[in-house]
Amino acid sequence: MNARIDSAVLQPAEHHLSNAHLDALEEETIFILREVAAAFERPALLFSGGKDSLVMLRCAEKAFGVGRIPYPLLMIDTGHNFPEVTAFRDLRAGELQAELIVRNVEDSMRRGTVRLAHPDEPRNAHQSVTLLEAIEEFRFDALIGGARRDEEKARAKERIFSHRDSFGQWQPKAQRPELWTLFNTRLAPGEHFRVFPISNWTELDVWQYIERENIALPSLYYSHKRDVVDRRGLLVPVTELTPAKDGEKVENRDVRFRTLGDVTCTCPVESSAATPEQIVLETLTAEVSERGSTRMDDKTSDASMEKRKKDGYF
Amino acid sequence: MNTTVSSPPSADTRPALKFITCGSVDDGKSTLIGRLLVDSKAVLQDHLAGVQRQGETDLALLTDGLSAEREQGITIDVAYRYFNTETRKFIIGDAPGHEQYTRNMVTAASSADAAVVLVDATKLDWRNADLKLLAQTRRHSLLLKLLRVPSIVFAVNKLDAIEDPTLAFTHIRNALTEFAATAGLTVTATVPVSALKGWNVVEAAADAHWCSYSGPTLLDLLEHLPVTPADVSLPVSFPVQWVEKFSSSSDTSQGRRVFWGRVATGEMTVGQAVKVMPSGLSANVAQVLDHARNPKSVAAGHSAGIVLDREVDVSRGDWLLAAGGEGDTLTAERSIRATVAWLDDEPLVAGRVYWALHGHRWVKAKVQRIVHKLDIHTLAEEEATQLEPNAIGHIELALQEPLATRPFAESRALGALVLVDTASHKTSGALLVA
Repeated sequence: MNARIDSAVLQPAEHHLSNAHLDALEEETIFILREVAAAFERPALLFSGGKDSLVMLRCAEKAFGVGRIPYPLLMIDTGHNFPEVTAFRDLRAGELQAELIVRNVEDSMRRGTVRLAHPDEPRNAHQSVTLLEAIEEFRFDALIGGARRDEEKARAKERIFSHRDSFGQWQPKAQRPELWTLFNTRLAPGEHFRVFPISNWTELDVWQYIERENIALPSLYYSHKRDVVDRRGLLVPVTELTPAKDGEKVENRDVRFRTLGDVTCTCPVESSAATPEQIVLETLTAEVSERGSTRMDDKTSDASMEKRKKDGYF
Repeated sequence: MNTTVSSPPSADTRPALKFITCGSVDDGKSTLIGRLLVDSKAVLQDHLAGVQRQGETDLALLTDGLSAEREQGITIDVAYRYFNTETRKFIIGDAPGHEQYTRNMVTAASSADAAVVLVDATKLDWRNADLKLLAQTRRHSLLLKLLRVPSIVFAVNKLDAIEDPTLAFTHIRNALTEFAATAGLTVTATVPVSALKGWNVVEAAADAHWCSYSGPTLLDLLEHLPVTPADVSLPVSFPVQWVEKFSSSSDTSQGRRVFWGRVATGEMTVGQAVKVMPSGLSANVAQVLDHARNPKSVAAGHSAGIVLDREVDVSRGDWLLAAGGEGDTLTAERSIRATVAWLDDEPLVAGRVYWALHGHRWVKAKVQRIVHKLDIHTLAEEEATQLEPNAIGHIELALQEPLATRPFAESRALGALVLVDTASHKTSGALLVA
C-alpha cells in the first residue's frame, strides 16, 4: 500500500462495520428478491459462482431461508470457466438445497445456433443465445442477475426491473419509468424481465458485505501465484485456452481476480490481498475500475456492453 | 494493484444520500456531475481516459453512456453514479432535461432525498429584473414539489460566460425565489456555479466573493443534506408483498402463514391490533419476523414477516393497517382524486380504463374526468379533455375494487400509485392521491 495514505483510513475496525448503508442495501435486495417470487410465475436466479451472485444468494438465504429459495438457479456455462468456480457453484447450490440448472454454450454450438468466427474466440457474448434458448425452454418470465450499475456506463442506465421484448432485447430509449418501489411487472406473451436486485451496490459495498457476512468465495478472488503475461497493461493468465504468444515473457506473480468470468477474457490484478478486509482497503484506493482492469471483451468499443445488452446479453 | 492516491475516500457509516440533477437541456447537468466526480477524485483512471479527446476532457461523456446519447449529445435516461467523499456516500441520478424524457426525470426523483436544479444563466434575459425562467426549470421544480423531494438546491450555472455575473445571479436568484414562493416550494439554497471551470462545485470560486456569494459550495451543501426519514410517526401500515405458507417450521406454529412486506409507515409491534384492508377483517399481530431475528417490532422502511393470531383471509396486495384511533378512519373507497404526472407518449384520455398499481395490488381504474390541467408557466388551472405527454393535471378515477389510500402529502406509501396502459403495458402516469 502507498505510504501517502492517511493511516487513519487503514485502521481496520470502524469503517468496516458500516452497517447502516449495508443494511439499507441488503434491505432493498431482499425486498426485490421477494417481489420477484411474488410477482412472477417462473423466475430464475442467474448464478455463476462469482462474488456478486454469492452476495445475492446470501440475501436470498435471508429472504427465504435455506431450502426455501422459491426459484431455480440458472448457470449459462461457456465451457471456459475456471474449474474452482464451477466446483464452488455446485457446492453452494447444494448447501442451500437449491435447484441448479446448467445450460451450455457448447450445446448451442452443436445445435448450430452459436457459430464462432474462429475457434478461440471468447464465448462470453455468445452466452446471450444460450440464455435466450434456456428462457424459451423453461418459459422463464423473470431472470434475476447480479449486475451492478457501477460496473459500466450502459449498466448505469439500467432499471431494477428491466423489460425485455420477445427477442430478449433491451430498449434503452423506451425503458419504463420506475417510480418509488411500485414495479410494473406486466408482460405480454414471450416477453420477460431482467431483474437486478444489487443495482445500487458498488464493488466496495460487495466486499464490505462479504467481510461482514463472512461469505465464502472461490479462492481465486484472493491473492495467489499465477503464470501471467503482461499484454498492453492487462495481466493475461497463461492457461491452455490462453497460452503465451511468441516473444511474450511469462512471469509468476501474486495476483487475484476482481471479476471471474470466461477464462478467455478475464484477467487478474497484481495483489497480495488475502482476506476480504485487505481487499476492502485495496478497493478503497483503486485507481482503475473493475472492468477496466480485468475485462478484455469490454474494450472493443465504447458501446460494446450496450450493443450486447440490446442483443439479449445480461 | 496500483494504489497511488492522494486522498482515498473512506467508507461511510450512514445510508447514502440519493440526489438527482435536473433542469433544462444543455444546462450542463452531465458536466456538473463530471465535475463533482473528478474534483472529488471519484473517477477512476480508465474512465477518465475514456472521455479524453485530443487532450481535452469532456466531462459530460462520463455519464452519457448510451451510444444514442453520445450521437445526439443529450441525456436520454437516468445514469446512476456512486461516489464517496471523506464524509459521505452518494448516489447520483443524472436525469435528462429534454421534455420528451421527463418520465426518466420523474423516475429518478421518486426515490431522491434531494435535487439539484440546474439553471443555465446564458439562456435567460439576465439583465431584466423580471426575467422569465425556462419551462423545463418550472416543470421539474413542480414535479419535485409534487413528489415531495425533501431538499431542493438551485445551481445557477454558466455564470463564467456572463459579463456581469453578479447582476445575473442576483436577478436569476430573485426570479427563482419568486417562482418558489408562488409554487409553494421550499428551497434549501441557491448557489452560483461554473461546472465547466469548477467554481463552487467542489472547490470555492477563485474569487471568494464571485457573484457576491460567500456561502458553501454545492458539495458542502450535499454533504450536509438529510436523508429522507422513514414515516415512523404515522400509524402503522403494511402492504402485503408475499404470502408464505409453512407446512411446519420451528419459527412459526404449524401451518401458520407469514405475510412478508416492507413496513410503510409507523412501527409494527407484537400485540398490535390490525385491520386487513380492503376486507376490514380484524386480527392481532402474534409474531414479527425479520430475516435475522425474531424482534418485538419492526419500523417503517424495513422488511418484516407478520404472523397473525387468527386465520383471516389475507393475500398479496392487501394492507395491514393499525386498528383503533387514526388507523380506523381510513376506509377503502371505489374512487379517488389525484394529481397525475403524465409520462406516456400517448395522451391520457378521459373515459379510458388503465391498470393502477397501489402497493402490491393491481386494480382497473377508469378516468372519470379530468378536473383540470396545470399551466406550468402561470400555475393556473385550465380545463382539458386529455393530458398530453409530460402534462400535470388533476383527475378523478373510478376503481374496479376499493383501495385504502391516504393523501400523498401525508403518506408516500399509501398515497402513491402508477397507471399502466392496458394495451402497451407502459408505465404511463404517476398518481399522487389528493
